Formats: sequence, C-alpha cells, structure tokens
Amino acid sequence: MQIILFHLMPYADLDLEAGRKNGTVWVRLPNRHFDPQKGHRLYNRYLDELEYAEQLGFDAVSVNEHHQTAYGLMPSPIVTASALARRTKRVRIAILGSALPLREHPLMVAEEHAMIDVISGGRLISGFVRGIGAEYHSFGVNPTVSHERFHEAHDLIVRAWTEPGPFPFQGKHYSVQYVNLWPRPYQRPHPPIWIPSQGSKETIDWASHPERRYTYLQTFSPAKVVQRYLGMYRDRCSGYGYEAQDSQLGWAVPVYVADTDEQARREAKPHFEAFRNVFVKMPLEMLLPPGYTSRESLKNVMKAKAQMFGDVTIDQAIELGLFVCGSGKTVLKAFEAYWNDMRFGNLLVLCQFGTLPAELTRKNMEFFAREVMPRLKPL
Amino acid sequence: MKFTDGFIEVDGCRTHLRRGGSGQPLLYLHGASGAPAIMPFMERLAARFDVLVPEHPGYGLSDEPQWLENIHDAAYFYLDFLKRLNLQKAVVVGSSMGGWMALEMAVRDTSRIESLVLVGPAGIAAPGVHPADIFLMPPEEVIRSLFHDQKLAAQRLAEPVTPESLDIALKNRHTTARLAWEPRLHDPFLPKWLHRIDVPVKIVWGAQDRILPVAFAHQFKKFLPHAELHIMEHAGHLPQMEKPDAFCEIVCR
Repeated sequence: MQIILFHLMPYADLDLEAGRKNGTVWVRLPNRHFDPQKGHRLYNRYLDELEYAEQLGFDAVSVNEHHQTAYGLMPSPIVTASALARRTKRVRIAILGSALPLREHPLMVAEEHAMIDVISGGRLISGFVRGIGAEYHSFGVNPTVSHERFHEAHDLIVRAWTEPGPFPFQGKHYSVQYVNLWPRPYQRPHPPIWIPSQGSKETIDWASHPERRYTYLQTFSPAKVVQRYLGMYRDRCSGYGYEAQDSQLGWAVPVYVADTDEQARREAKPHFEAFRNVFVKMPLEMLLPPGYTSRESLKNVMKAKAQMFGDVTIDQAIELGLFVCGSGKTVLKAFEAYWNDMRFGNLLVLCQFGTLPAELTRKNMEFFAREVMPRLKPL
Repeated sequence: MKFTDGFIEVDGCRTHLRRGGSGQPLLYLHGASGAPAIMPFMERLAARFDVLVPEHPGYGLSDEPQWLENIHDAAYFYLDFLKRLNLQKAVVVGSSMGGWMALEMAVRDTSRIESLVLVGPAGIAAPGVHPADIFLMPPEEVIRSLFHDQKLAAQRLAEPVTPESLDIALKNRHTTARLAWEPRLHDPFLPKWLHRIDVPVKIVWGAQDRILPVAFAHQFKKFLPHAELHIMEHAGHLPQMEKPDAFCEIVCR
C-alpha cells in the first residue's frame, strides 16, 4: 500500500464563532477574518509538515485546490507543489487535484503540471477534479457546463502531454491553433492521473474505462460509502473486461493517533469537530448548484439533507468510519479491517484537520508513521 | 376565459402552450419560475387579446433541447415560434428572464412584433446595483423576495410540493442557470444593439422589486429613451401578479 500525507492547509486560526454565525466558511465569509501575518506562519508551518512527511517515510505528499474559503488556503496547488518539488527529494508529489473547469485554460494546467514533473524528476501525480459546487458560486463558471468543460480540458491536457506538437485542438470551450508543450512531462507517457471524488457513478464509469484506468479516490466519506464506491469501481472494471489493480483505488480520510484511545479522542475532539461542523459545512444551494450533479443525485441529497448537513460528534464520526482515531493499535486494526473489506492500494491520511495545532499535528504524524504505517505498507 | 392546453413542436422542441381569448396576438414570456398556471392577469388580457402562454424550452412541461445553451438560442426559438404560428403584430410581454428574451428577439427581428411590454426584465447590467443571488438563496427566500405583499408569498409557499412540482422546479432552475448563471442575468453585448428596437416599448417595474432593483429600470431607460416607464408602487418583481388590474390597464392602453 502506498501511504500519502494529505494536507488541506485550512485557516486554523479562524474565529470559529464567526464561521458558525455565517453558516459556512465558504464563498461569503468576509475575508477580513483572514490575517496575512497568521497566514504567513500557517503556510510555512504546513509546508514544513509536508516536508517532514518525507523524513517520516511517507510515500507521497498531497496538496489540493480550493477557492475563497477558510477550509483550505490553496487556491493554487501549483504554488505549494512547486515549493515541495524543490524541498523534497524522494517523495512523490500529488496534486489532488487541479479544478479543470475553473481554470481559464487547460493548457496552463498541462504546462504547470509538466513543469513540476520535470523539476521533480518525475515525482508528480496529477489529479483532476471539477471543483466543488461552492467554487462555481465563487468563480462564476456555469455549473451546467462543468462536466463538458472538465472532459474537454482533460482531453486537451492528455493530448498535449502525449502527442507530438504542434497540433491544433478544436473544442467547444477551448480552441488552440498550436498545442506544443514546452516542457513535455518527465514521466512517459505522462504523470499518473488520479481522480478524487465524493462518489459518483458517472465519474467511476469514466475513470475506470480501459483507455484510462485512472486511480479513483473516495474522499472524506463514511467507510460504508467508501466501500460501496470502491466496490462499484471494481465491478465496473469487470464489466469492461479487466480486473482492477489495488493501486487503482484510494481512500482519503482524517486520522489521529496518540498513546491511548482515550487520549486520542480527547486531543482530537475540538479540532475534528471544528473541521466537520464548521470548515466543511455549507448550505445545499452552495454545495450543489444547478447542473453540478444530475437532478436525480440532487434529489437524493435533498432527501438525506438532515443527516448530511447536521453536526457530527467525534464519536459518531469514528463509528461511521468518517474519522480513524485512537491508539496506534486501534488505528492499525481499523485500517487492516477496512483494507480486508476494500483492498485500496492508496491511503491518504489527513493528519492535520480543522484547528489542530502544529505540535499535535507533528505528534500525530510521528505516531502514525511509527506505529501504523510500517504495518500497512506491505499490504 | 377558457384557455386551451396543448403542445406544439418548434425547432424540434415539444413546447407546452396554453392559449385563450381572441384578437391581436399577445405572447407572454414567463420568468425564471415558469408559468405553471393561468393567472388572473392572463385571463383579463384574454378579454382583449389572443393570449399565448408557452413554457420556454427547458421549463415546465416543455422539452429540454440540446441546442438551448444561451439566451440567444431562446430568442431565435421565439422568432421561429412567431413564424410557425404565423402570428402578426404580436404584443410581446416578457417578465424578468422572459423580458430579456423579448429584448433579444426584438434586436434581431421585429417584423412580427408590434410592441414590447417588459416587466422587470433582466438582460443588462447597471452600475453599482446587482440582482439578488437567486442561485444561492434558499428557494423559500427566493419566493419571499419575489413579492412585496408577503401574503402572496405565504400563499405560494403554502402550495403543496409534489414529486412533479419538485421535478419542474429543479428543471426550471437548471435552465435558468444554463441561460443566466454567467454573466449573471445579462448579456454584456445587448446594450450595443438595443437601438435596433424600432417598436414601442413599455417598461413596467415594481418599486419594491428585490430581485432586480428598480435602478435597472432607469438604466434601461438610458438605452431605450423612447420607452414608456411605469413604476408601480407596492409591487415587487411580479407586478402583473400583485397589481393585475393596473398592469393590464398599462398593457391595453
């Protein structure tokens, strides 16, 4: 199993009361709540944490893209991945992912990812996402064309990476007379492509297609839901006539490890609950603008609204497998059991979440790296 | 007044159409929330006009054609619609999004249009003023913001939600986003061509409009200097529903 340290880089100094009162930290939380002095310290602290992961023996580090929110301070994962490309030597660097429909031009994404791949000597893992619903409100991009922009951007990027240039590309959203990438990516035919998702049949059908076989990551979902979607991916592969490799499946989940179960829960509780009940939260209209999902999926979410949009305690989250927390022994046992059920070849652990401070984050990473990771890697 | 209820096909789109009354044709183009029923103002207008109330492509019971991607597509559709039914000298009454469609039609071709009545139309931007964010507001808040008289909003909110009405609401919302998400509720290139509108225009605006504030009316007046402007007190975004008598009087005048 490949173990990846995943970071969201939240604005951990957030005035939580302001976030709660505003109902969400996305789109409309006034940016006077962001203090650049504190931001300076946070960015450098978070980059240090990602670099420390290499020392601790993680296989990869991962960054992602979110806009205009205290949930994550990485509007451009390119910036953080670039810094990591120079400061690390061994770990793979995963961008999970670039929000293709939100970017003005996919060629920029192709170029920037290729640069990082070349600078890092082929250590890049490229991830592509559509961006979450809130970001369509923030950016003005029409959510009803989100899917078609994503697919067209993806096609242009992969062709730019793999086909000899110059060649013309004529799409509906993007037209380029001369696609001719300098630099071409270091890895051949191109960096691995991973697709993070909250779970969607359409995404699974597309990612698992034999022409692509992209690694599918289920992000921050109850373990049962993770199992359902990873199972769906495997079934889809069988339907296409091939067997999925474990390396095509991944799970991204927040983790906290301490000396004892009791201590782990006590230390993680306020920070996890701030993550789940303040940083993640947003109203339905913000999460799912029209066209972002099919209307059938939207109706299903509306039915599950109370459950999805209510608060969750740390105990409920652990019970649901939304959070893996406890002593090294407990966490290892939990992951072994989940792995037996799901056989995911990539585990992305979020060792910093919500307001978790630097000291506890490092301690958590160390515990995980010492007591859990060595036993999971051979799986 | 009895309205017939049926479908016609225009540009490959099966279009839901209600029609009532007789006389000069009057085409009513509804706003973002659709035209689910015949309203009292439509009945009154049918005493004088041949009133046609279609549901736009992508709304209500009409098809969702692949080709419908922007407001210009809707405008060409309605120009074809006038031709298909061979309507002459039509009065085109458009509310909100429907007003925007009427404008986009009229900059292209007024040969079958006698006049326009625009009711709180979308379609242009105005400096320093923004439409309410109908996509981020919860649906109940959108309905409250449509009306000045909150009794009408309460009535609307009290209507039972059926699986069918929910499907239609989501469909209407989807099409509205498709046509008007970005640029939000306007076409930046429309003002350049508004001078082409060579038929009489009446602009009707609710003084208490909370969706498209009345400042937009004054901006329209700059581009359409010959338009009659009627600002109706004690009315929100749908003066035709809140003040049907006064509204019909303006249309018939």
